[in-house]
Amino acid sequence: MKKRRKIEEKIFKALMIASTVVVIGSLLLIIGTIVFKSIPALSLSMITQTPKGGYYLGKEGGILNAIIGSLYLASGATLLSVLLSLPIVLYLNLYSRKTSAFASFTRFSLDVLWGIPSIVYGAFGFIIMIFLGLRASLLAGIITVSLLELPIMSRAMDEVMRLVPDALKDASSSLGATRLETALKIVVRQTLPGILTAVLIAFGRGIGDAASVIFTAGFTDRIPASLFQPAATLPLAIFYQLGTPFPEVQQRAYASAAVLTLIILLISLASRFLIKRYTRHMIK
Amino acid sequence: MKKRIWPKKIRLAKDAIARRGMFFLTTLPGIFVFLMLFGLFQKSRAIFALKSFSALLFGSSWHPLQGEFGLFPFLMGTLWVTLVAMILAVPISLLTAVYLSEYAPKFVREFTKPIVDLLAGIPSVVYGVWGVLLIVPFVGNKLAPLFGVYSSGYCVLSGGVVLAIMIFPTIIHVSLEVFASVSYELRETSLSLGATKWETVKYVVLRKGRQGLVAAVVLGLSRAFGETMAVLMVVGNVAKIPNSVFDSAYPLPALIANNYGEMMSIPLYDSALMLAALVLLLVVLFFNVLARFFLIRAERRAR
Repeated sequence: MKKRRKIEEKIFKALMIASTVVVIGSLLLIIGTIVFKSIPALSLSMITQTPKGGYYLGKEGGILNAIIGSLYLASGATLLSVLLSLPIVLYLNLYSRKTSAFASFTRFSLDVLWGIPSIVYGAFGFIIMIFLGLRASLLAGIITVSLLELPIMSRAMDEVMRLVPDALKDASSSLGATRLETALKIVVRQTLPGILTAVLIAFGRGIGDAASVIFTAGFTDRIPASLFQPAATLPLAIFYQLGTPFPEVQQRAYASAAVLTLIILLISLASRFLIKRYTRHMIK
Repeated sequence: MKKRIWPKKIRLAKDAIARRGMFFLTTLPGIFVFLMLFGLFQKSRAIFALKSFSALLFGSSWHPLQGEFGLFPFLMGTLWVTLVAMILAVPISLLTAVYLSEYAPKFVREFTKPIVDLLAGIPSVVYGVWGVLLIVPFVGNKLAPLFGVYSSGYCVLSGGVVLAIMIFPTIIHVSLEVFASVSYELRETSLSLGATKWETVKYVVLRKGRQGLVAAVVLGLSRAFGETMAVLMVVGNVAKIPNSVFDSAYPLPALIANNYGEMMSIPLYDSALMLAALVLLLVVLFFNVLARFFLIRAERRAR
């Protein structure tokens, strides 16, 4: 009897370790495969040139248009999203009462928005675009992606702001600060690392998302010069290059995927670094 | 340098203005949800005037040029891929979460958490490229011959495998939170009564966290249901109901993404695609509301 229990314990522990190895292994496998397959096509011209004529048939050029387009798009969307998220989260945590039905409804809505797939954001963005009389452009893409980023950013910010001790807010109030002053000078400062991480997570999502911009941002070989021009994005560039029947161009899709993965890795490293750096302002 | 302090009146006025402005912004998330439902419904209404709801959802012929818009093959495609992904992802994610929360030494936990975060951060196109590079040839050249069937590799199984990896982080994250909410006293009581570690997990931790785990699985499910690009790239996109995991499928999100170009040139096409988006939204909304309901119940139980 005792032996059977010990064996069950051993079997399940082995299964758990195996599962964890599978999870870790899949990340390594993904990054390994992408890096390995992209090496033959990686070149400097890839990231410093825009597509020349016949690029998608295997001629000269690079994906600079998509890299810049994606950076513009994700930066604009993230900025817009911060302008919405930060006031929302501050309101939820400072102005509304803990038991407020309005606050729980908003939090619930954010949870729901978080779960909505990006293709639905794409379709919704398309409807907004038509409604505003816009064409597929950088601006339409920015609006759509900012909606996509809003729940990701707000939820991440809300999680850290909820942890701010009441005593800290009370101390600020008792010194005569208004709630706005407490919000901006105490709470934002206290949660700065968390806020920055939230911003970076949302930025990463924005730069990597394809399904929401396929409808709204369009695609072009040029670098967008204004908000009303279409913009190429890196994920879509990967998708289109992979869709061509030419092996050389498909190779470039792998290389572009490596560039995108690198950007995501850099963002995640940056957020770790920022957390370390700004934690010193925090009152523990 | 002495900082200037504004008169009380102005400070209070600023606070009042900020409160109103922030209140207005805070109403937005709720409004967005309704606006999405309303907008997609409005855009798909044109097609309801001509077809019945059941003909659209359960009709299996998709010929936009002839005005036939049966979404059934696409719904089935989504269901097949999601099911395969869940079968693969649920046991692996739950076992990993149990290991990380109950068994793993600290350094393993510290090492694995960023990896799970990174898995969540990798863009779906990159998953798609990886699927095309590795999973598709593997399924087409190795796995399918092993079972004695022909497959191009662009099939339900490939989609399921890629999707499973994509939803690991969702299930693992929520499960870890659930396990963390189970009190240590309970675990210690069980251990002190002579239960093994696994028995403690099985009879105490898993039982106590049951509802939270259901929520974790449902959230993963809803993630899988709406995932577009990665699946689109490896699943073959043939508008037929699949018969086996080695058949191609054409999931609903892929349908929307693939046909954006033509949708404005064929009458009712855009409206059919918006209906597809609406169906997707409603299903995902349902899953999310369900998951939140379970999570709230779980929170109450844990207290």
